[in-house]
Amino acid sequence: MSLAASTRSTLARASKASSIRALGSLTAVRTNYTLPDLPYDFGALEPHISGQIMEIHHQKHHKTYVNGINDAQEKFAAASSPAEKVALTSLIKFHGGGHINHSLFWENLSPTNKDGGAPPSGALAKAIDDTWGNLDGFKGQMNTALAGIQGSGWGWLVKDKSTNKLSIVTMPNQDPINTSQYIPLVGIDAWEHAYYLQYQNVKADYFKAIWNVINWKTAEKRFA
Amino acid sequence: MAETYTLPALPYAYDALEPYISAQIMELHHSKHHATYVANLNKAISSPKAANTQSMIHFNGGGHINHSIFWKNLAPASSEDANTTSAPTLMQAIDAEFGSFGDFRSKFNAALLGIQGSGWGWLIVKEDGNLDIITTRDQDTVPAGTTAIFGVDMWEHAYYLQYLNGKAAYVENIWNIINWKYAETRYKGEADGEFKDLRAML
Ligand SMILES: [Fe+2]
Ligand SMILES: [Fe+2]
Repeated sequence: MSLAASTRSTLARASKASSIRALGSLTAVRTNYTLPDLPYDFGALEPHISGQIMEIHHQKHHKTYVNGINDAQEKFAAASSPAEKVALTSLIKFHGGGHINHSLFWENLSPTNKDGGAPPSGALAKAIDDTWGNLDGFKGQMNTALAGIQGSGWGWLVKDKSTNKLSIVTMPNQDPINTSQYIPLVGIDAWEHAYYLQYQNVKADYFKAIWNVINWKTAEKRFA
Repeated sequence: MAETYTLPALPYAYDALEPYISAQIMELHHSKHHATYVANLNKAISSPKAANTQSMIHFNGGGHINHSIFWKNLAPASSEDANTTSAPTLMQAIDAEFGSFGDFRSKFNAALLGIQGSGWGWLIVKEDGNLDIITTRDQDTVPAGTTAIFGVDMWEHAYYLQYLNGKAAYVENIWNIINWKYAETRYKGEADGEFKDLRAML
């Protein structure tokens, strides 16, 4: 393979793997994050999550995180002193985390007439049973953890990379899961913007309803 | 038996802050969100041995204090209290600290929009008597030794039903309904010692 062809294929792989679009020449590669398409229509998760929520959540909130990380990254590249760079790390973590978390979230949801809500099978199902007794036991624990978040944040089902054990973790704001320790399997957005237009202050109803549109097929792939 | 906290009545009708904050937001915010902080605070106090008691008191006690101040530091736009002329002493101090009211407002707006997650923005007076703009996360209250002059709730529940993701418009509009008369009295020390017992428990 020629160098140019090999470069093209490397870039194509990188682009596919991480939604990173490589711009410019090889000597000055600039990455720019883009808003991923939803794998279903805005209204496809109704009545559990309204089309209006999905549209604003994807088109506005997620888009703002994408713009934010691109903007912070540009400023970071232009910053000349370490102090200027350090000052940008909180913005990078916040917007980068928001982009990572929402990208995982859309993929672990699905309409009920596709895979949404269909219980996990195989090794993941067994691991859940071993850890929480059964799927309902897990959901109950996860909903308790979600309800206990004091502010904005996320709840996750994760697999520990070294022990292979499952656990539930919550993260504040847009802090992403530490992927050197864990593989995130299922994430649930507990920010008010994720449910407020439909559920208002009754967030327990949102946490109950969302299991109807959880895509366990995605979780199984992440688990494997 | 520990003190039981109660939801304070709003000093105006739910629709009194329209068009800047809708009646629907005000009703849910006061009768559901604030009421839940009060209920969970009382629950936490009455079960002191639960594993998460301290965190529940900190969060819900903070929510009760912050919202109690917030309702009073808002006023209908048509009211005289919502005019900055109702806070002559405070305005002088703002000019001295921030250069001008416009500069203060821009700096306060930037602080509000920079909050990453749920939280509050505050104008405070520090122990040395100087003014400052700070933000607190979730339901944290302003630091001990400082006094909140007024606060703005930046949780999404405070604006989402009306402004959706457009929080900059909420931040811009809230200036129409700040109760400057109340801010002036807080600046002059009227609020000193408020929630003393509850603060000590946070
Ligand atoms: Fe979100
Ligand atoms: Fe609030």
